Amino acid sequence: MKPESKNIKEVLEKDILFIEGLNGCINCGTCTAICPAAKFFDYDPRQLMDTVQSMNNDELIELLKSDIIWYCGQCLSCKTRCPRNNVPGFIITALRRLSQDIGYFAQSAEGRKQLTVKRIVGENIIKYGYCVYIDEIELNGHPEQGPVWQWYKNNAASILKKLGANYKGSGEGTLREISESDLAELNSILKETGALEKFDNIERYCHED
Amino acid sequence: MKIDGKQNIWKEYQKEIPDDNYYYARSCIRQNFFPASEETFLKIIKEVLGKNIYDDAHQTTCTGIAYHSDLVSFDTTMTVVARQFSLMNNVQLKNFVISCVTSFGIYSEAMETWKNFPETLEKTKEHLKNATGRDFTSPEIIAHTSDIIYKYREQIKEKAKFHLVNKNTGKPLRVVEHIGCHYAKIFPSKGIGGAEFPSVLSGMIESWGGEIIDYPERRHCCGFGFRHYIIKENRGYSLSNTKVKFDSMEPYKPDFVITNCPGCTFFMDRWQYVIAEMDNKTYGENGFGIPVLTYEEVAGLVLGFTPYTLGLQLHQVSIEPLMDKIGIPYDINEKYLGFENEEIGRPEKPKVLQVI
Repeated sequence: MKPESKNIKEVLEKDILFIEGLNGCINCGTCTAICPAAKFFDYDPRQLMDTVQSMNNDELIELLKSDIIWYCGQCLSCKTRCPRNNVPGFIITALRRLSQDIGYFAQSAEGRKQLTVKRIVGENIIKYGYCVYIDEIELNGHPEQGPVWQWYKNNAASILKKLGANYKGSGEGTLREISESDLAELNSILKETGALEKFDNIERYCHED
Repeated sequence: MKIDGKQNIWKEYQKEIPDDNYYYARSCIRQNFFPASEETFLKIIKEVLGKNIYDDAHQTTCTGIAYHSDLVSFDTTMTVVARQFSLMNNVQLKNFVISCVTSFGIYSEAMETWKNFPETLEKTKEHLKNATGRDFTSPEIIAHTSDIIYKYREQIKEKAKFHLVNKNTGKPLRVVEHIGCHYAKIFPSKGIGGAEFPSVLSGMIESWGGEIIDYPERRHCCGFGFRHYIIKENRGYSLSNTKVKFDSMEPYKPDFVITNCPGCTFFMDRWQYVIAEMDNKTYGENGFGIPVLTYEEVAGLVLGFTPYTLGLQLHQVSIEPLMDKIGIPYDINEKYLGFENEEIGRPEKPKVLQVI
């Protein structure tokens, strides 16, 4: 059943990551001190945990529609350091999941960037069976790859063969072509577990006014 | 620095690492960016250590990057994980060895979730059956590939052709170890030495003659950030975090960096190029960068493998100054030859970062 704005608390409390991630935050700020995202974004996991712990429905809705939940880089450094075993990174995943299920993510600039993630990672998985694939990585989109990447791309077949890979080959090996039957199983899992619907929803919500 | 106390803490964290008969789970990132390391691992396991490892044509991505970018739910990821385990069941193996740190976190999280929330295991079984007709049993042990190299570090040392020692001074090379966050930060007991004092890479370096540098931002993330790297306008997050690390390690003058995470190796190599071109700032000697190597590349160099079969030519930061320090011979002309020794041109030289 699609979550509604009125029962956000109920939905969150059933999420395993929410259960595992919130154990009575004492607001000490250790998570913020260690957080790489807090260093560079207007992001404060201590404050986020405070808001979530209050379980005020209006404040939670505001959070789900905001940029705030999209800044975490998911390094999970917070899990190691919290003295009370809270995990802001897990709470973020639960909030992002809910924000996408309801469609609130499309109301924030950072949330709408999920469209880019879907069109790159989601479509790589469907097409190739890999999250990342050499043929799709171009220097104009990734200038940080440097001139060595352009050289590698220009000569991929020869270099990869020299390095023992099985680029686009059948059977096992590095960068092998994943067979149609294996891709079909993977895509069947994506369909069964709702991932394809999720991909479609990202497209749909981002194109609604 | 007094390290006796720290070493005692490390002793509390020990994990079981299987001896032999491995099922190999590959990494999406590494296959693309450091393909030779995937092959070097297999070569070390099979040819140097004489162990049995199965490389499966049927495996796919674990969807880890999609999960941590919030693109797929954990139900999807757990079901893909279950399919990989089913493939392992087909070949009667029980030791699942994972070459990606993100994947290692994913497989660990799936197994912990199934243990603590048994209803999720039942749901995963149902999803897998409905989608593929498969059943599955979890492995007896999961380990990261760096765990295996750590376990056999002394055997590698016995067969070493080179040691991590400066041939001119006779002193140990000074090494920064960078552990991928998802190796032990999510589940400290799954990593050798836990999350704060992991010894998986420092153990290798010390066995092979090097010396580990402790520096303030040693445990800081490389800055991958999953969605932040994928989204071009957010990529500054990744760059900025790598810069935090290099600014912090620079005063300690590392000879090289070793990592156990495919993404970290890549980011710490490439962002040095970007920092050089943008800020005119280089971290190595004479305008070069600090080489960033996978543990298989380091093991391969120590074992005397031909350098350019290790894929060192795919790094943007040149490795040759490090090989010169150790005294490893190489033929620079071979660096830019293709499979049949044909000429394939050379990469353009960066404007600031010195390369060979």
